[in-house]
Amino acid sequence: MRFLLADRGGLVLLGVLALAMLVVPLANLVVPPESALHVSTYTVTLLGKYLCYAVLALALDLVWGYCGVLSLGHGAFFALGGYAMGMYLMRQIGERGVYGHPVLPDFMVFLNWQELPWYWYGFDMFWFALVMVALAPGLLAFVFGWLAFRSRVTGVYLSIITQALTYALMLAFFRNEMGFGGNNGLTDFKDLLGFDLQADGMRVTLFLCSALLLALAYLACRAVVASRLGRVVVAVRDAESRARFLGYRVEYFKLWVFTFSAVLAGLAGALYVPQVGIINPSEFQPLNSIELVIWVAVGGRGTLWGAAAGAVLVNYAKTSFTAVLPEVWLFALGALFILSTLLLPRGLAGLLRRRGARA
Amino acid sequence: MRRDRVFDFLAPPLPPEALVDTRHGPILYLEGVTVSFDGFKALDDLNLYIDDGELRCIIGPNGAGKTTMMDVITGRTRPDEGSAWFGSRIDLLRLDEPAIAAAGIGRKFQKPTVFENLDVLENLELASHGDKAVWRTLGARMDAELRATIERVLTTIGLEEAARRAAGALSHGQKQWLEIGMLLMQRPRLLLLDEPVAGMTHDEIARTAELLQTLAGEHSVVVVEHDMEFVRSIARKVTVLHEGSVLVEGDMAEVQADPRVVEVYLGE
Repeated sequence: MRFLLADRGGLVLLGVLALAMLVVPLANLVVPPESALHVSTYTVTLLGKYLCYAVLALALDLVWGYCGVLSLGHGAFFALGGYAMGMYLMRQIGERGVYGHPVLPDFMVFLNWQELPWYWYGFDMFWFALVMVALAPGLLAFVFGWLAFRSRVTGVYLSIITQALTYALMLAFFRNEMGFGGNNGLTDFKDLLGFDLQADGMRVTLFLCSALLLALAYLACRAVVASRLGRVVVAVRDAESRARFLGYRVEYFKLWVFTFSAVLAGLAGALYVPQVGIINPSEFQPLNSIELVIWVAVGGRGTLWGAAAGAVLVNYAKTSFTAVLPEVWLFALGALFILSTLLLPRGLAGLLRRRGARA
Repeated sequence: MRRDRVFDFLAPPLPPEALVDTRHGPILYLEGVTVSFDGFKALDDLNLYIDDGELRCIIGPNGAGKTTMMDVITGRTRPDEGSAWFGSRIDLLRLDEPAIAAAGIGRKFQKPTVFENLDVLENLELASHGDKAVWRTLGARMDAELRATIERVLTTIGLEEAARRAAGALSHGQKQWLEIGMLLMQRPRLLLLDEPVAGMTHDEIARTAELLQTLAGEHSVVVVEHDMEFVRSIARKVTVLHEGSVLVEGDMAEVQADPRVVEVYLGE
């Protein structure tokens, strides 16, 4: 328990999540729509989406904030988790597709494919899809990380090749021959485990799952950070060769954290897709991964809860901004990044901590 | 052949420290070691033996190859030629840095390098001897034995009061000591110290000299140092390196009287 109580920001995060899990479902399902306190289903889904982003930010904060590995391709792991879930949702459509084929998803019928590619097997089973949600990003991160860390690729070079990784995946997934729906991606989902994805109850359930995932992800990250492994990881970040000469195999530690973080990102992606109703190759865009870095930087890296808060705040700003002045958003985002780097090197979390220290 | 030991791979692995065989005297053998960087020979046919329990000072002008020599011993640099053995059984050239550290060689860098964002206690905890595999560290707990070892080292390096202070907030001299303390936590057989008194006050230098002398015997200690007064105060045997090989070896008085040493230092 000590590892938890030492982190006040994290306790607040858990408290807010618990409150939201209580209030949001009530305000959506019980409070009548004409009441001012009613929360629309649209808002519930939007909040659920933010929470998925927060999990992704948490994952990045673990590798960047604690291990010092700036990954500019973490969106790729998020998207892979999303695709694994998307494939399950596609198989769930069954005969209700436009072409009514019992097995093949619409886009395959459209491409005149005769049978299901082998890598789509098993995705009609939910448990298999869940395994893949963790395994696909985890395996990619493990292989990629093993090659990169073993060759002692660090710093900006590592950031560049992670960026190249997500870009390469984007180009690959754009191709129809890959069998993932080309540039349209996977969409027109109907239901999950037999429950209609459009129903209010399902939307609320997905929101609750997202909140729960964020809480569990925070607890897991916090446990890692508070363990001796967490201290070794910080040691690697601050003085890599010292850690090596103390007998730590630095590359294995980086690999462990990188893979763990990728699995977390994949889980976030898997919950994101049923809420937004689509997954396509644009999720692999390098820009997404860079935005993610900005969320963490604004929130405060190396704090966990700050990263989660940063993700929600920046995305809330994005939603509001793009509704009013869509063309200005990217400039605002850039300005936000520059300002937070110059004025708030430890992010909003650092600002709060400083004020707390002064009081 | 012992009948209960038919299959070697079934026997529990020997702890690395048990492999360090010093029955022949030396704990470190460097023979014919040559390292060149783009044609420049940082080490040129270097031969050096360190006896078990010895306190050896290595001096030499800038560029004599002192740091490169430490890099070879600790696995950071692979020599082009030559051999490096730890005891008479461990071939250092076959091991990488973590394996060499686990075998019992600790190294202090020229610039004090501690984990600035962790506190003194945590620095020592991480340095402690033991299993350093990833999953093992995830579940590792601070037990009574480790706590006692840390207390002992804290007393040795005189940082009891600062145990809960961030290492980054320590003075330069305290960081040097903390780093030496971290090496002690590793329980090394051989300590390599690169300029351990750089940036210390007179008082601190005196205490460091005392500390190193108590360490010798139980550990073998190799000190690379520029501060002649410090070397004179601790040295039993001094090796002078020049242009990547040993110029003179002997006690301080002998070395200082040697005309070649005088020439090398005056010529600088």
